[in-house]
Amino acid sequence: MPLSAEERREIEAEFPRYPTRRAVCIDAMKIVQRHRGWISDESLEDIAQLLEMSLDELDGVATFYNLLFRKPVGRHVVLLCDSVSCWIMGYDRLRERLCSKLGARLGETTADGRFTLLPIVCLGACDHAPAMMVDEDLHRDLDPEKAEQALENYK
Amino acid sequence: MEKPLTQHVRRDGEMLDLRAYEAVGGYQGMRRVLRMDPREVQQLVKDSTLRGRGGAGFPTGMKWSFVPMGPDAPHPKYLICNADEMEPGTFKDRLLLEATPHQLIEGMSIAAWAIQAEVAYIFLRGEYVESARRLQKALAEACEARYLGRNIFGSGYSLEMHLHTSAGRYMCGEETGLLNALEGKRANPRTKPPFPQVSGLFGKPSIVQNVETLCTLPHIVNNGAEWFKKLSRTADGGTKLYGASGKVKRPGLWELPMGTTVRELLEEYAGGMREGLRFRGLLPGGASTDFLTEEHLDVPMDFTAVQKAGSRMGTGTMIVLDDKTCPVGMVWNLEKFFAQESCGWCTPCWSGLNWTERTLRALEEGRGREGDLEKLAYQTWFNAPGNTFCALAPGSAEPLQSALKYFREDFERHIHDKRCPWK
Amino acid sequence: MATVYIDDKPYTADPAQNMLFTSLTLGFNLPYFCWHPAMGSVGACRQCAVKQFRDENDTRGKLVMACMTPAADGTRIAIHDPDATKFRAGVIEGLMTNHPHDCPVCDEGGECHLQDMTVMTGHDYRRYPYDKRTFRNQYLGPFVNQEMNRCIQCYRCVRFYREYAGGRDFNSFALRDLVFFGRHKDGVLENEFSGNLVEVCPTGVFTDATLKHHYTRKWDLQFAPSICTHCGLGCNTSPGERYGMLRRIVNRYNGEVNGYFLCDRGRYGYECVNSPQRIRQPLLRREGVAQPVSRAEALRAARELLAGKQNVIGIGSPRASLEANFALRTLVGPDHFFAGMADDEHRLLTKMIQVLRSTPARTPSLREIEQCDAVLVLGEDPTNFAPRLALALRQSVRQQPFAATDKMRIPRWLDHAVREAVQDDKGPLFIASTHATRLDDIAARTFRAAPTDIARLGFAVARALDTSAPATSMSGEAVALAAQIAQALKTAHRPLIIAGGGLNSESVIEAAANVARALDTVGKEARLSFTVPECNSMGLALMGAAPLSAAFAAVKDADAVIVLENDLGRHMPQPALREFFERAFHVIALDCLTNATTERAELVLPAGTFAESDGTLVSSEGRAQRFFQVFVPSGDIQESWRWLCDLGALRENSEMADWKELDDVIIALSNAIPALAGIVNAAPFSGLRLAGEKVPREPHRYSGRTAMHANINVSEPKPPDDPDSPLSFSMEGFPDQPPSALIPFFWTPGWNSIQSTNFYQKEIAGPLRGGDPGARLIESGASDGSGYFIRVPQAFAPREGEWLVVPAYHIFGSDEQSLHSAAIAEVAPKPYIAMNPEDAVLLALRPESLAEVKVDGSSYRVQVRVRPDMPKGIAALLVGVPPVVGVHLPAWGTLQPAQLPVEGGPERAA
Ligand SMILES: Cc1cc2nc3c(=O)[nH]c(=O)nc-3n(C[C@H](O)[C@H](O)[C@H](O)COP(=O)(O)O)c2cc1C
Ligand code: SF4
Ligand code: FES
Repeated sequence: MPLSAEERREIEAEFPRYPTRRAVCIDAMKIVQRHRGWISDESLEDIAQLLEMSLDELDGVATFYNLLFRKPVGRHVVLLCDSVSCWIMGYDRLRERLCSKLGARLGETTADGRFTLLPIVCLGACDHAPAMMVDEDLHRDLDPEKAEQALENYK
Repeated sequence: MEKPLTQHVRRDGEMLDLRAYEAVGGYQGMRRVLRMDPREVQQLVKDSTLRGRGGAGFPTGMKWSFVPMGPDAPHPKYLICNADEMEPGTFKDRLLLEATPHQLIEGMSIAAWAIQAEVAYIFLRGEYVESARRLQKALAEACEARYLGRNIFGSGYSLEMHLHTSAGRYMCGEETGLLNALEGKRANPRTKPPFPQVSGLFGKPSIVQNVETLCTLPHIVNNGAEWFKKLSRTADGGTKLYGASGKVKRPGLWELPMGTTVRELLEEYAGGMREGLRFRGLLPGGASTDFLTEEHLDVPMDFTAVQKAGSRMGTGTMIVLDDKTCPVGMVWNLEKFFAQESCGWCTPCWSGLNWTERTLRALEEGRGREGDLEKLAYQTWFNAPGNTFCALAPGSAEPLQSALKYFREDFERHIHDKRCPWK
Repeated sequence: MATVYIDDKPYTADPAQNMLFTSLTLGFNLPYFCWHPAMGSVGACRQCAVKQFRDENDTRGKLVMACMTPAADGTRIAIHDPDATKFRAGVIEGLMTNHPHDCPVCDEGGECHLQDMTVMTGHDYRRYPYDKRTFRNQYLGPFVNQEMNRCIQCYRCVRFYREYAGGRDFNSFALRDLVFFGRHKDGVLENEFSGNLVEVCPTGVFTDATLKHHYTRKWDLQFAPSICTHCGLGCNTSPGERYGMLRRIVNRYNGEVNGYFLCDRGRYGYECVNSPQRIRQPLLRREGVAQPVSRAEALRAARELLAGKQNVIGIGSPRASLEANFALRTLVGPDHFFAGMADDEHRLLTKMIQVLRSTPARTPSLREIEQCDAVLVLGEDPTNFAPRLALALRQSVRQQPFAATDKMRIPRWLDHAVREAVQDDKGPLFIASTHATRLDDIAARTFRAAPTDIARLGFAVARALDTSAPATSMSGEAVALAAQIAQALKTAHRPLIIAGGGLNSESVIEAAANVARALDTVGKEARLSFTVPECNSMGLALMGAAPLSAAFAAVKDADAVIVLENDLGRHMPQPALREFFERAFHVIALDCLTNATTERAELVLPAGTFAESDGTLVSSEGRAQRFFQVFVPSGDIQESWRWLCDLGALRENSEMADWKELDDVIIALSNAIPALAGIVNAAPFSGLRLAGEKVPREPHRYSGRTAMHANINVSEPKPPDDPDSPLSFSMEGFPDQPPSALIPFFWTPGWNSIQSTNFYQKEIAGPLRGGDPGARLIESGASDGSGYFIRVPQAFAPREGEWLVVPAYHIFGSDEQSLHSAAIAEVAPKPYIAMNPEDAVLLALRPESLAEVKVDGSSYRVQVRVRPDMPKGIAALLVGVPPVVGVHLPAWGTLQPAQLPVEGGPERAA
């Protein structure tokens, strides 16, 4: 599917904020990802064209960063903090519970396509560890039960 | 006790909007500097002894003084706020971003004026969604009120300010990696010299400054250098956002005079260890600082004293290790982070951290061997400052080298018992 | 000059350089990976670590990267410091954690920089006990093979491909120890210089894919210094042979010419030498059927054709050596010798030489071109016509931005710092051409127009510089452009004008000359560079013989015609060729590959290719360069000049009777033709002995010599003699660096890879010790007072129903010989005609459909390419790819949709 008018408009709105087009590429990929959940090869091609970049240039950037998804993800993305404070505060138990509950390992999407479970580095919520983000919501002071409950709200 | 940065943080967790910020004296500092000579502002900040709060503690005023000034200076110049906050264990900038975005904008405007930058970017880590929302709102309010944009208050000075949200990499916090990220490139670091002050973003003079650093500026401008220095208990001026996480009674974040001791932070503010746990050590300021232990509890937390104690104050947010948590596991967790975030540019980092991580994993999983500790010690030497291209890998060596020093028996037990004793 | 201290001893150094450069220049064995002499420092690999000390009292010091440390006065480093030594070994150990250790099956083995550095640092025991990371390899086309598991992440490949050569379909992907270097997805590498990855990559990730088909280790190859024959630039190469088969070509450093890099045509065109189309035996045509015959029979037949015949004419060749051409000239007599190129080409070359001699502008070497800081390209498509020139121009646009970074005190070798400071700034490059070129991405402005309008632009630029130059009337836009170009050239320090043979337009040459002259008039020293079509076009033109039309006229009275290494079909259109063979009854052809001429000749003599003969070629720079025989061919193949001597004997030619070795021909030639007298300086004479010995073509480790022919004869044959050069066909001989024109391969103790080049230069990336090879034959006259060219051509006016057909070239395809290489043929385009979309509509021609093009008396069915870059009224026809050869363009022609073939059958595109 080519870029929608909406996506294109949003990307073009970024142009005046940077002196070069290529500087927009990360924003552009994030915009497309916001609309589609992930960035397909085809989207990559469309963005590259719009930004006068080569596919190789854009993909070199895409594969460097962490929050750009080059594979399809579930309806909700669960980012589970695996950094040091959360680890001290019980990350392992949290992960085990979520993985068994969802039937997916880290990096996988549940069979029903509802959740993709990903590790994330420190979410800056260390005083409320362990923490996770579901889509755009931060959940703090978790334990396995609370985490399980939190996921109930995402259908 | 004065808490200039956080005095107006709302209890309900909402942001201080423009109206409220102005009501408590917001943007007065900015109005003031627009009447000052930029060099005068630079001097003021130099006099204040302000050191960067992003981790390295470089004197802020001095950093600015390397920016070419005057009519022949290249243009545009850029002021960049480093709001990438990805150092594990660090959660201080988030508070400032969410609670008082206008304070940041004002601080940035002051810094921008001081170096005569025309364009400013806030480089925000992608996961800080709430910060992004609030910054957007604050930026819109500031533009609306003509604090930003063309010809601010008829001064003839114009400043554009943009929010850039990152796609996520620890390297983006390293100031030159950040520049590449902002240019839409892979966030590999850049050679220094030339320093960003001379050739930075898009090849133009640029300053990168931490959120907390920038947020102090309105207060220095309003109250003067002497006032700022007096806030501190030591030679490094000002207050500092200190935090604690781990198994302490009250993890949290506090604005306190610079130089508050580790013991005060740990015992008074964090409430000491949780019931049944004993203190074993802490990383004073994020993942890339050396462990401090019992013997260091009375060290004042400032740049100089912590360094003397063999560590770094870093971001000032400490991570506390208790006696029921495996130090080897903790270090493995840290090194896994660093190995994962290595940009892959220089050999000691990408190869050494992979090796380090594998070794620690093996130890933790009971597959450790004789010689592993020597190899780990070697890796910390291998990745020492100067040996690598940027500071990521040397940072990774800090917790490891100090853990090998302070928790050596724990490492040895892993090898000897062929398992993690805590599991 | 600065004084620096290395391991406590003082040395003089260039303060504008870094300590790695300095150490290597001084001969120290300091290992490195990411640094490259042509690409500078980026500090990624950390392999070149040394200890730096503040002063003599500093005993602690700190580790620094030599490549990132300026050689400032007083700099003190220790290479042999224990910490530095330990660290360097550690870097290798780190690099090797993921490396597969598969040297025995790796193509790089034996000339691997990683192997060398591993040995040098003393890392010899693997301590890393964990799994290695693995990658899936990509298909990158017929030139470059990828084996990513061997990667050590030095970033050289991506720096060369993207930053140096401007390729965009290659990158680094992902991060940490998982960085992948390649393409977004499998596919043929698009950049025309991709083959340099083979030499740039310090290990076996990128290797020569053509070599894979007939793999031989470097130490088992027999080499000779050679010259690329696939365009007129004269890049220096080092071809390697084993068992009578040419196995590969690598770059042979010449600081003034190709430096460190070749184009892919030059690197991969070599397989023509092994082609099944090779003529390996004399052929005698009787009643229309060609029969292989013995050498004796062939000479008997030749005697019949030549002995006692008065009127024998000879047609030379722009792709044959000077010596071969001169032998033919001597055989038939100067009056009966013709240049073997079409009249327009001949006229153009003559004009170029005249201009170069009389205009106060220097014809620059490729290195000088890299250093030019404002360039006007008039009518050329360098990438496809003179490829290595395009790579040089990519460097030239960095010159002006360098001035800015110099001011910021960023040393030029600090590569990424310079690039980050410069961003997308480029020095002025103006390209006026008939269609888009592969350099347009770095051009300040492009101008696409008909040849006459391109010439007019040049005239206007000259006029804008100097009002005494002839005036043109042009559109306001063109006038403004001319003014902009004039301004850029005038304010530059080293302005350059490039024109040449691509467009076949004398006006364009004159216009270029006028610009150069005008620059001189305003006090600016200009450089003027002309491209030429073939490897010896310039040399043949300097011999000064009449062109093909004259030969043509002479043919009908001739008793016999001798055609030297020339497919006449590539210089004249089909009807003319047919007529030629109707008129010429007895044709003797000497050539190496079957072509339209050899297929009609009565007697064909098998000539050696560049790899099987020696000789001198003159490049477009006017540089005479000697190429040397790589190996002794089997059977009856021999150098053309020797065949011609054989024929001379039949005709009892007394002059040739004394020619026993190449030097005899060279001396006779330099005596006979003053313009070529300088060729004696191109390389040492065959009598040269170094410490009493010849220079070995085979490396000291050449193996299996005693066994090579054991299946035929167990006693080892004596190595063949080489009377023609100071080189021997053996591994014994002078072990050190020979004179630079005689370097067969680069190899120094401890440095088995091409990186050993460092030790053959006086200063790294500078001239080879004793000077770069070649002898320049053309130097510009001082301002000779001869005036401007005044024939300003008429502006282009489109015609109704006719199109001006202009030539288009392709790096892979337009060159006759390299097209015989399978790898080149694989990527060569099919013949096409390109036109503007509006013209296509007018002609009812759809993209990819077939068009019938009638032009210059011939008709071609070719594919239609609709391209917005084409000016209206002009169509570009790809030339050089059969059957579109020998056509003289530009010329007016007609275009129409091709009729479907009458008798069913599969439709065949041209
Ligand atoms: C790997 C790495 C990550 C860093 N991340 C951050 C960061 O997230 N935020 C920050 O302010 N500084 C970070 N820094 C420090 C910056 O490079 C830089 O010193 C700082 O932004 C300067 O601001 P300051 O002088 O106000 O402290 C990081 C440094 C390194 C080496
Ligand atoms: S230390 Fe080297 S590999 Fe590691 S992040 Fe810095 S530059 Fe990249
Ligand atoms: S050659 Fe110096 S760091 Fe690579």
